[in-house]
Amino acid sequence: MKGWKLLKRYAFLLAMVVASAAVWIAAPDVGQKAAAAAWDNTLQLLSVVPPIFVLIGLLDVWVERRTMVRFMGGGSGIKGALIAFILGSATAGPLYIAFPVAAMLMKKGARLFNAFVFIGAWSTTKFPLLLFEASELGWRFMLTRFAVNIAGIVLIALVTEKLLSESDVAQIYARAEKTDA
Amino acid sequence: MLFTVILYVAAAACLAVSFVKDRRKTRQALVKAWKAFERILPSILGILLLIGLLLAMLSPETISAVVGSESGVLGMAAASLAGSITLIPGFVAFPLAAALLSSGAGVMQIAVFISTLMMVGVATVPLEIQVMGRKATVARNALAFVFSYAVAFVIGAVMG
Repeated sequence: MKGWKLLKRYAFLLAMVVASAAVWIAAPDVGQKAAAAAWDNTLQLLSVVPPIFVLIGLLDVWVERRTMVRFMGGGSGIKGALIAFILGSATAGPLYIAFPVAAMLMKKGARLFNAFVFIGAWSTTKFPLLLFEASELGWRFMLTRFAVNIAGIVLIALVTEKLLSESDVAQIYARAEKTDA
Repeated sequence: MLFTVILYVAAAACLAVSFVKDRRKTRQALVKAWKAFERILPSILGILLLIGLLLAMLSPETISAVVGSESGVLGMAAASLAGSITLIPGFVAFPLAAALLSSGAGVMQIAVFISTLMMVGVATVPLEIQVMGRKATVARNALAFVFSYAVAFVIGAVMG
């Protein structure tokens, strides 16, 4: 890898290390709280990373491109969106893990709209969380939010796709090709 | 959580089937899995540090002070900003929201907080850009932010 590319990849991490160190020195109690919170999140993340990335790898090796195109590609219509919605909702883990999975779906030929539906569902209609939401905030709150979210996920996916030019879309797919590079 | 267990069982089962069918391909899949993870690892480590800093500064107590009773539209604005920049896992956020509601916070403030918390991720923007590009990332987050207000108004109408 070229030097500047390496630097670009690590620039954000470096900035955060410097910021954390600065906070720790300026206010040790806040720094300690931050470290504890970061550690909690790290553990939570590590608990879902192995199965999800194993599935990404297996998907890449076993699922043929034409299969993915048939189920989630350009001509998959409502069926494809429904599959994307269910795939996104039936997962565990924070939203930022959804992006590499979406990249793999696109690499295999999923339509961009379906990738956005997948990300939308992962962000806000995860089934296990819905049950928890209902128990904490009531069924009425959860069901109302769920119903509005279904419309919202589709709407956001549609508008986002419309806002992108052909070359934007080409770039997204070119990036998706390099998921495991 | 149950779903994490299901995920492990599913991944293990797929891996076993793959191993029986073709060892070389399975090895290849695991190498790909590791490379896909390694590619986003620096961003993820940075995000974890950023989340730590944000949570240390924006504690649940701070948030509850801002979206407390009678906070009105300003409270909603603050709640949506807090929801957008923090990254609290659902199993912490929902009990927090329930506690805030019972201590007098408005249902619309809570709804906009929950919705932005789940859909808008300012802290994770670097990683999202890495996959989806700048334009799509900005569009998705901005649309989700605006949409969260629609969610809040509908929930306000239904619950109020």
